[in-house]
Amino acid sequence: MSCSGLDDVFLSTSLASYLDKKLLVLLRDGRKLLGILRSFDQFANAVLEGACERVIVGDLYCDIPLGLYVIRGENVVLIGELDLEKEELPAHMISVSVAEIKKAQKAERDATDLKGSMRKRMEFLDFD
Amino acid sequence: MLFFSYFKELVGKEVTVELKNDLAIRGILHSVDQYLNIKLENTRVVDQDKYPHMLSVRNCFIRGSVVRYVQLPPDGVDIDILHDATRREARGG
Repeated sequence: MSCSGLDDVFLSTSLASYLDKKLLVLLRDGRKLLGILRSFDQFANAVLEGACERVIVGDLYCDIPLGLYVIRGENVVLIGELDLEKEELPAHMISVSVAEIKKAQKAERDATDLKGSMRKRMEFLDFD
Repeated sequence: MLFFSYFKELVGKEVTVELKNDLAIRGILHSVDQYLNIKLENTRVVDQDKYPHMLSVRNCFIRGSVVRYVQLPPDGVDIDILHDATRREARGG
């Protein structure tokens, strides 16, 4: 590749400059995937090698290993390049096991469900 | 293609991109393509505490389809030029 060709890659909006780098992929359902970008196309379909899902509940987090993932482009919100110099997460956050994060996730879901059902029952008060 | 050309003029300026999931990211506009996909550099999330996973993201690619707003610098838009370009575009080029 010529020198100007290489420049084009870094000036363009394509994901070429992110190839073989560790990335954070944010999906439309709020999931966060981490992995190394191995391939992509114009729809932002992407192949992540060594992918894992980072689940965050409050101050707890867990990386659940997934393997090789092909992501359909329409689900992609954002692809971020991770700055290897910087901490990936704030220092106060605690890494926990898969079992613990699932438990915390369930507790959080139950709490929001409860809030939703309470709100529904109170709807006659019309507090909007 | 008007907005594609327009965004190309804004490359190098600082913009805030608000996404449909309410995440707002401020950064230098690096490039834009025909789908209005956007690449930002030197990014920071407006509400950092709410999105801790974005802490170490410095450069990012945003899919055009998830963008709600792009907030521009006050001097980023020349109304007269945009006005003329809009009329030209409406006439078919």
